[in-house]
Amino acid sequence: MKKAISFVLNGNPIEMEIEPYWTLLHLLREELQLTGTKSGCESGECGACTVVVNGKAINACLFPAVEINGANVLTIEGLAKPMGELHPLQTAFMELGAVQCGYCTPGMIMSAKALLDENPNPTEGEIRHALAGNMCRCTGYTQIIESVKEAAHVMTSKGEVRPRKVE
Amino acid sequence: METLSSVGKRIPKRDAIDKVTGRAIYIQDLKVPGMLYGKILRSKYPHARILRIDTSRAKKLLGVRAVITAEDVPQILYGFMKDQPVLKTAKVRSYRDELAAVAAVDPETAEEALDLITVEYEALPGIFDPLEAMKEDAPLVHEENKSNILKLPWKLVAGDVEEAKKASPFVAEDEFKVTWVTHCCLGTEGVIADFDLRNNLTVHRNTQIPSLAHRDFKDALRVMGLPNSKVRIIKPTIGGGFGSKLDTYGFEYIAILLAYVTRKPVRIIRTREEEFRYTSTRQPAIMKIAQGCDKEGKLTFRDISMVLDNGAYTSWGATTPSVMMMPISSLYKVPNVRYEAKCVYTNNTWSQAMRGYGNPQATFAIESNMDQLAETSGIDPLEFRLRNANEPGEVTPQRFKVTSCALRECIEEVGKRLDWAKKKKGERTPGRGIGLASLIHVGGGARVYKSDGCGTIVKVDDFGSVDVFTGATDIGQGADTVIAQLVAEEMGVPPQDVNIIDRDTDVCPWDVGVHASRTTFVAGNSAVMAARKVKDRILQVAAGYVDRWKDKDGTKHEIRLDDDPKNLVIKDRMVFSVKEPEKKIALGKILRGAHYEKNGTMIMAEYFYDPDNENLDREFKGNLSKAYAYGAHGAEVEVDTVTGKVKILRYVAAHDVGRAINPMLLEGQIYGAAAMGVGYALTERLILEKGEVMNANFRDYKLLTAKDVIPVEPVIIESMDEAGPYGAKGIGEPGLVPSAPAIANAVYDAIGVRLKDLPMTPERILKAIKEKKKA
Repeated sequence: MKKAISFVLNGNPIEMEIEPYWTLLHLLREELQLTGTKSGCESGECGACTVVVNGKAINACLFPAVEINGANVLTIEGLAKPMGELHPLQTAFMELGAVQCGYCTPGMIMSAKALLDENPNPTEGEIRHALAGNMCRCTGYTQIIESVKEAAHVMTSKGEVRPRKVE
Repeated sequence: METLSSVGKRIPKRDAIDKVTGRAIYIQDLKVPGMLYGKILRSKYPHARILRIDTSRAKKLLGVRAVITAEDVPQILYGFMKDQPVLKTAKVRSYRDELAAVAAVDPETAEEALDLITVEYEALPGIFDPLEAMKEDAPLVHEENKSNILKLPWKLVAGDVEEAKKASPFVAEDEFKVTWVTHCCLGTEGVIADFDLRNNLTVHRNTQIPSLAHRDFKDALRVMGLPNSKVRIIKPTIGGGFGSKLDTYGFEYIAILLAYVTRKPVRIIRTREEEFRYTSTRQPAIMKIAQGCDKEGKLTFRDISMVLDNGAYTSWGATTPSVMMMPISSLYKVPNVRYEAKCVYTNNTWSQAMRGYGNPQATFAIESNMDQLAETSGIDPLEFRLRNANEPGEVTPQRFKVTSCALRECIEEVGKRLDWAKKKKGERTPGRGIGLASLIHVGGGARVYKSDGCGTIVKVDDFGSVDVFTGATDIGQGADTVIAQLVAEEMGVPPQDVNIIDRDTDVCPWDVGVHASRTTFVAGNSAVMAARKVKDRILQVAAGYVDRWKDKDGTKHEIRLDDDPKNLVIKDRMVFSVKEPEKKIALGKILRGAHYEKNGTMIMAEYFYDPDNENLDREFKGNLSKAYAYGAHGAEVEVDTVTGKVKILRYVAAHDVGRAINPMLLEGQIYGAAAMGVGYALTERLILEKGEVMNANFRDYKLLTAKDVIPVEPVIIESMDEAGPYGAKGIGEPGLVPSAPAIANAVYDAIGVRLKDLPMTPERILKAIKEKKKA
């Protein structure tokens, strides 16, 4: 039996009827055609489907769609400003070579976004911890970690002060 | 001093903006109107006779549009030795074997239909150990061959190994083993096949070989009775390759057959579990090696024999031993070489190309054994390698012509950065050790097919923007960006004015594919030459060009460019003569002139670059590549002798790359490859139990994560190869080749235990420590 839910998706209020067995990943990709959120394993292991729900990074492939009723959902499509101005994480990922095949990129950026919102000045260890659930086969993670540091730097200090570096 | 405007710059990857915003479309994201979803039924046995397949119940399920078995469709054979039909008939030879396929209106219905198909089998004894499979009475995987040993006699001989062995004062001998590992592309494999009403076929596929797949599919259509059908292959954004997409596979042909039967587009996407179970792996190998040296520490011979587990069928990966010959014959100067390899059919998963294509396996044996020989002869391992390092101008025993070579510099750089001499001689920290290993790889293409070519078409628009149609394929490595930089440099335009078109066989030129670290070199040279032709044509049109204009106040101006095109250059979107650099005309203006004037002309050019490298001859000798890439990796490790865990404290990856066209993307290749190499060394293995994959998920297949800190320090050494585009050589694969032996050598240095099996898991390390204590 379908269930009516309402939620905020990338800043836009949405009301719709959904099947109770849908995952959030199915809802986003198959029902709303938001394919920026990737399907990598559908079992919560690779992080390619990471989105931010009420400020927390979650695996959309395991998340029951019904549970977003009343929630605030942010996907990769909602990260840049409407006129196209990129989020500092997106800019850093581009400019520091954090993107190769790109399949892990949206999930990686969303995990980093949830981290920086909660902890604007993370240590490298905290960044690595936050991204531990996001697999990448191309980059060896180095340039990804550097990009998150750079984005944190840009966001916290607008380029004036380096974030603390101690572990 | 040369001044370059695009080459050597850290320019972001071209499609990064689409990827960071979620706009890049992968095969998983692609839907075609009216599309059906295909699913494949695979064998429940590793080796069995097929008695009966009953699809009647599946056919009746609501939403099912077609169910096919071998009986319903023409038999298409595929694989390197054409040893497997797309849908199996008499028997199955592995758990991967395809028995039936379904097309339905949604994936759930297709899955449900598979459950309704019943298959009766008669189980046959399986063979899962290649050594057992070579025995006389072993069950045969392919009866018609009368043996499980593939009829591919890999044998390379140079000089006289027996004589050299007798004369060598120092000899080291051992056996090494490597197991299955898999690519783990984050984007799994997938395909959409679609026929139009004229029976022309369009295939959307994340392939590494569009032109070769085009040919394979044409062959398949011929078998299907459609010899005049046209094939078009469209590549979506590709979520990783690493060699996994270097062949055409059963599921692609099944999608084509289902599309033909249903007259609808059919999509087949692999789930993660299917990706683990059905992707062809890197070859497992059992490698026996002996090497010797003289009193001065110069290598005298190298003698290697191998048995490779081919699995149930052949892919192009069956030619892996031919690439293994490269390090075996040509890593370091070694005058006498003997190598023999047997590939053996088993009922295991069948193997294929994976980044490095045999080189990581062979180099693990060679470089582990180099350390053993250094110890036997009492020479420091680094010094030992320097004494034997390859040099420019050398012709190796396999007849490789070494052009640029900075192996010595790479080894020295590793030594310097790891503080080698001091750490080896000074006070030792218990449990800590250093080790290194080198590599050679093809860096100037590789003539493994009859052609090693790539085509490029370049055209210009009215405004000076450049469209480059390349045969190259970007799998994330950055071919799109590197080619744009090379063309921009050659044509004198900014790289952002260069548009790369690389998606569609209907418009893109021919290329043998993205493999053998060949794209920057081969596709790069092709692009540079095509750009040069276009530039020459522009300058011909520009010679003597007159530009007249009036200011607002009515003052008339006139510029006439030099009549001799040789004096003209393009720079910053302007054309001018080196003799009168102040007289500049906008490039766009000249191009518009060419298009709009009477008897106008369209400016475009094409180039097909095929390096003059050689196929290996009957003795497996010949100059396989136009240039060779070298490198050395050094690691400092700490081994916990209680838990068996290896911690990497330092990791230096020095690479002779010819020239770094884009240092940022190049470092990305080194970081990523090193991580894959460390995984190969320490954590990764696909576990097979009687042919069945036991760890088909990311929980149990241990990929490194962001928490596994590998402190890779990339070192780029530019040797400027004479034949490379602006001096560049390949870098796609080299970065993972020496990782495992470098770490194994460091582990030995740390705790005196030699690990001979990959991966070097804590269990294996503890076991080796125990055995050493016993002995």
